[in-house]
Amino acid sequence: MEKVNIRHSISKTLLFLLVVLFSFSQSFGQEKSASGQDNGEAIQAAQEETAGASDTAESAADGLGDPAKGKELFNSLCASCHKRYKRSTGPALNGVTSRHSMDWLYSWIKNSQAMIASGDAEAVAIYEEFNQTAMTPFPQLSNEDIDNILAYVEQPKPEPTAVVDGGAGGASGSGSGSGVSTDIILGVLAFVLLLLVVVLVLVNKTLNNFAAASGVELSKKETSGKPIWRAFAENQFLVIVTSIFFLLAAAYFAYGYLMQVGVDQTYQPVQPIHFSHRIHAGDNGVDCKYCHSSARVSKTSGVPSLNVCMNCHKVISEVAPETATEDFSKEFYDKEIAKLYNAVGWDATTQSYTGEEQPVKWVRVHNLPDFAYYNHSQHVTVAGIECQQCHGPVQEMEVLYQFAPLTMGWCINCHRETNVNLEGSGYYDKIHEQLSKKYGVETLTAAQMGATECGKCHY
Amino acid sequence: MSSNKKYWRGVEELNETSPVVEKLRQNEFVEEIPTDEFLGDKESLESSATSRRDFLKFVGFSTAAASLAACEGPVTKTIPYVVQPDRIVPGVANYYATTMADGFDFASVLVKTREGRPIKIESNKMAKASLGANARVHASVLSLYDNQRIKRPQIDGEDVSWEEFDRQVGNALQNVGGQKVLLTSTMASPSTSNLIKEFSAKYGNVKHVVYDAVSEDAALDAYQMKYGERALGNYDFEKAEVIVSIGADFLGDWQAGGNDVGYSKSRIPKNGKMSRHIQFESNMTQTGAKADKRVPLKPSQQKAVLAAIYGYVVGGGSKNKLSPALDDVVVKAARQLRSAGAGAVVVSGIPDVDAQSLVLAINEALGSRVMDRNNPKLIRKGNAKQVAQLVKDMNSGSVGALLTVGVNPAFSLPNAEAFKEGMKKVEVSVAFSMKKDETAKLSKYIAATPHYLESWGDVQLTKKNFSLMQPTIRPLFDTRQFQDTLLKWTGSEMNYRDYIKETWASNLSGRGWNQALHDGVFEANSPVSSIATEEGDVAGMGTMSAPNYSSAVNNLSSDEGSEFELSLYTKVSLGDGGQANNPWLQEFPDPITRVSWDNYLLISKPDADKLGVKNPTVSNGALNGSYVNLKVGDAVVKNVPVIIQPGQAKGAVGLALGYGRKEAIQKEMQVGVNAYPLYKDFSAFQNVTIEKADGMHEFACVQLQSTMAGRDDIVKETTLEIFNSKDKHYWNPVPEVDYDHNEISVREEKASLWKEFDREIGHHFNLSIDLNACTGCGACVIACHSENNVPVVGKEEVRKFRDMHWLRIDRYYSSADTFKQEQEDLENLGAFETYDKIENASYDNPEVAFQPVMCQHCNHAPCETVCPVAATSHGRQGQNHMAYNRCVGTRYCANNCPYKVRRFNWFLYSENEEFDYNMNNDLGRMVLNPDVTVRSRGVMEKCSMCIQITQKTILDAKREGREVGDDEFFTACSRACDQGAMTFGDINNKDSKIVELKEDDRMYHLLESTGTKPNVMYQTLVKNTGDL
Repeated sequence: MEKVNIRHSISKTLLFLLVVLFSFSQSFGQEKSASGQDNGEAIQAAQEETAGASDTAESAADGLGDPAKGKELFNSLCASCHKRYKRSTGPALNGVTSRHSMDWLYSWIKNSQAMIASGDAEAVAIYEEFNQTAMTPFPQLSNEDIDNILAYVEQPKPEPTAVVDGGAGGASGSGSGSGVSTDIILGVLAFVLLLLVVVLVLVNKTLNNFAAASGVELSKKETSGKPIWRAFAENQFLVIVTSIFFLLAAAYFAYGYLMQVGVDQTYQPVQPIHFSHRIHAGDNGVDCKYCHSSARVSKTSGVPSLNVCMNCHKVISEVAPETATEDFSKEFYDKEIAKLYNAVGWDATTQSYTGEEQPVKWVRVHNLPDFAYYNHSQHVTVAGIECQQCHGPVQEMEVLYQFAPLTMGWCINCHRETNVNLEGSGYYDKIHEQLSKKYGVETLTAAQMGATECGKCHY
Repeated sequence: MSSNKKYWRGVEELNETSPVVEKLRQNEFVEEIPTDEFLGDKESLESSATSRRDFLKFVGFSTAAASLAACEGPVTKTIPYVVQPDRIVPGVANYYATTMADGFDFASVLVKTREGRPIKIESNKMAKASLGANARVHASVLSLYDNQRIKRPQIDGEDVSWEEFDRQVGNALQNVGGQKVLLTSTMASPSTSNLIKEFSAKYGNVKHVVYDAVSEDAALDAYQMKYGERALGNYDFEKAEVIVSIGADFLGDWQAGGNDVGYSKSRIPKNGKMSRHIQFESNMTQTGAKADKRVPLKPSQQKAVLAAIYGYVVGGGSKNKLSPALDDVVVKAARQLRSAGAGAVVVSGIPDVDAQSLVLAINEALGSRVMDRNNPKLIRKGNAKQVAQLVKDMNSGSVGALLTVGVNPAFSLPNAEAFKEGMKKVEVSVAFSMKKDETAKLSKYIAATPHYLESWGDVQLTKKNFSLMQPTIRPLFDTRQFQDTLLKWTGSEMNYRDYIKETWASNLSGRGWNQALHDGVFEANSPVSSIATEEGDVAGMGTMSAPNYSSAVNNLSSDEGSEFELSLYTKVSLGDGGQANNPWLQEFPDPITRVSWDNYLLISKPDADKLGVKNPTVSNGALNGSYVNLKVGDAVVKNVPVIIQPGQAKGAVGLALGYGRKEAIQKEMQVGVNAYPLYKDFSAFQNVTIEKADGMHEFACVQLQSTMAGRDDIVKETTLEIFNSKDKHYWNPVPEVDYDHNEISVREEKASLWKEFDREIGHHFNLSIDLNACTGCGACVIACHSENNVPVVGKEEVRKFRDMHWLRIDRYYSSADTFKQEQEDLENLGAFETYDKIENASYDNPEVAFQPVMCQHCNHAPCETVCPVAATSHGRQGQNHMAYNRCVGTRYCANNCPYKVRRFNWFLYSENEEFDYNMNNDLGRMVLNPDVTVRSRGVMEKCSMCIQITQKTILDAKREGREVGDDEFFTACSRACDQGAMTFGDINNKDSKIVELKEDDRMYHLLESTGTKPNVMYQTLVKNTGDL
């Protein structure tokens, strides 16, 4: 009996290599994700620190008042018309103390109209510059309050520092990094599996060779009668049962496949303007029906016209830094608001409409076929159903998608399960009274009221 | 033993030596199949670059491509307003009150708009002037979306801008010599009259001529002679007890129409009373069909009858040349007129000043209160003499500029050829037109004008009743209305809206402009001094001599007539032909002949036999007709198809105006013959010679079964006498069925196989149709079309009875003189004789009945039980539902329907080149109702009882948290029926009118013996025949 060392060693080396690789890859992945996390946290901390530092530094330098109190006052009184660093309905306030004297500012803020009336040259110039828009007088503010506000507005614009950029990059990097590492682990695992198979084959072969070389007769299994496939093929009963099984299974899947044709659940098209329902309905809690007002009275919920957007966006030309998420930066959102301005023809610098409108071609998400009639007001106003029941957690959707399948079965199910609210409706009072008198029925479902009849939705 | 009988297929076969028989025996096909044409040409086959393999590749590729393309769902875009107008909520309809005034039809209407598009016309119920919206008014919304409209101003056929147009026409008008003539249709607009005055003042030498294509000149002259005002009598037939009409189709377009509303009210028996109506006429008209007594007479005889009635009523001569039988009828009529006194009225359509004068004199002598002397109609102004003078002037070269406004004289003038000649001599010709029609084509300048739904205006319907026109959509094309153009040309900065507002500034009798505009109608005195003298009145006319009645009587009774006398009339569908490019109207079947897509010569049976013209029904069940040539004086109209009309007076023929237009009319709608050349001197009565021509015309007639064949449960009919004196079971028996060898009423529960559902709770809709009030006007048919997106299928398909009308108005003739006699005939005659007798309408003077039939919404519907896929089912509210997307097109339901109201989509009628009507172009599709599905090929459809409207009514009530009010429910047809023949409502609401109608003695169901328990009911037809 001769030993063939070389072969043996190959398989051993391979095994060893595998083990090493496996352990390494795992630790590598962990390490990477950990570092990514650290990185992000560190950057965030650093950011806060610098911001805080600049705050204190500036307020100390200016010596006007308390910017923290000023911020509060600014947000409650001034922010609807003024921005710190950008022209809005009124001028940008940063640098206002260098443009005007403090006394002038006190009297202007307390009663600007009086100043204009008295013919103060500066006052009149400003009044003219801003299309003769009168500023609300604030006689309730003390000089100290005004100091505080001015202190707040005079803080220099925090420059988007390189660190911040790096932070965002790092954050996204770490996000994708963790994804890559999972992939690597999986890949490695697959590779290991493959190697094991190869190794096994090789070992088997080697052993066989070895056996052959050393003249060992391997005991072959007794071939007991027919092979199993033949036995199966000859058993007609089994064949029939199996084929029925397979046919049924095929039919099941085919049916499943066909049933989802034209059902666009989770359909999430890319819209020409990245409108985030999360920000509007979720973070800011805007009522659905504020924008989709026709849902109350009409069959359609209505895609809001752009003038509705401008009710708020006339003054909101950029998002707050906190609005930005990992996936979408503040710059991204601001650019989307700019798209709105472009569409509606709003010139943010002059705060006026140019008249050049470019209607937005939204992509419809919920498409009912023409032969199905659906009326929003019936469900929203009459039945009082929450929008979310059919449209899902819209307030959490960054990009809107179709939540419900919108199939007929889905409609019918709801009609069968939902009780009609008979109380307190002038329309149902009589019907309710008749029903309870005749049948003793106190509650009834929409279906019992005829809401599953064909003609109620198909005409 | 086998028989050696020889069967033969044709006479030719009996001829042993016939080569034809031999040839047929040899060849399977009579004509050889031309296979060689496409396979025999080896060369072309071989030279083809496509090999068999390539072909298969193409097939494979296209199949794969098609299936791949099908995998991707379509991406639907939705584009909201940038700035949404306050009043518009997408999905909610807005209504605006406006006025239709196209020179022929005048009506105060409500326009339903969706997302800024007008989609339906309804009549304005606030309007006091009782001019209901007829079928043409309802269809006018489709004319707005007419593809053939002219889209911008043109000079010499080239598109130009309005600035350029104003500059060039302005220069031309300044520099042209001779008369400047404004040839307009009747506008009846105080503001426009003012404006024309201003225009005349600026340009000088301006003459305004008013031209009605279908003239009421004689009536206007007569009225002016008698009352000094160029106007038409305003009749309120609701006040009438006895109506005698001599040739007046007053339920049609007689004297500007709109009389059917009042008439129908007087025809419903109340407290045992209803009006009596005697009609002398030559053509069978809707009015004649509704009459209690109808006497078919030639036009010349009509004149004699009128003269005789004058004699009997006013006095001055009982001598006449009438035949004794006719004289007897006239005497009876005159007696009834006299006894009814103020409740009696005589009307006439004889186009003769003498005749119209006599009518006014008779009514005055009767003291009739039917005509409102203080409030005459002002919606016909045309002056035939001035128009004739104009044509002469044009040919003599004295007209320098001709401005035609909303008229098409090059087509509709009897002497159109002379007019065309004259046009060549006119230096400046401006056509204000919506179409590049015959006249516009001859004009140098075409000013594109908007549709009335895009325009401002004020209309004086009667002396006291005004109606405002406001735009309901921005102009679709670069058009500018006539009045705005005049304002520009007179150098005014104002627009026409402000101009109207100024006209009315101090004349709205206490109501503001906004209120008037909201209502659309108001009563006032005209701020513009007598537009009667302004429009169409010239010096000389005002000082007309008083009518001389005795000479009038002489003139009328001395008319000898001729062998054939022609009465020209207007059809419900096309009127004067202004809307000839409207497919809804073209496909609308005539109420009497039930023929669509054509006009034709109406002729009596004896005359037809004499001329040898025929009306055969061909093997596919369709109707054909011989052609004839007509000659009036020097005018010849060739190849006029013939319809043999039951009830047509012997020696009288009828032909409709308004057909045969060719310019700016889509090819499919260039149907019929132009009868205007026969309309000599604007007189509807002409002596005509007829000769048979070769060939047969193919008609599209939707109803060939003309009688009820003696059955009495289709249209139930009785007389007022029986109605008043006998029990309802006598004249309106409920059918009985056999149950346990006893006869029980079919209305009883045990007569039915089915269990009844409880329908007491919630709503249960019923529709009642009063056969007394229905005049067959067809406004409901068009309203249904418009509300329910019913497709137009075209002449060829209608000929195959594939019309899609959800609502049809069946017309039945009696086979004897009356329906009663018909039933008696059925009982008394033997089986073989009955067929001949009762299946064919009487050609002498049959009784006529109209019956609107739509889906009867049976509670025990035969259609529902046979549908294999449950596509049609019953709703709790009584409606029979039809789920189109579920239908697989077996047509079992249509076959099992006893009322034959289901319509099958044999083809795709929308977006299909083969059916190039409004649903095949983007413009025409704007009229579609977004709440109703457009059906596809292969599905059944039918009346839904306007479930989209009832659902909307319920939803509004639910949203507002209230009960649905009394009679708040309506359908498209019930709302369109100004006559009040159709009433829709909820029978579970005990206060509503429908409950009252359901309990009415006259109520019956169509084919009730079948036990279908319909939710549509009819009210028995009662005729006031009395001692006639």
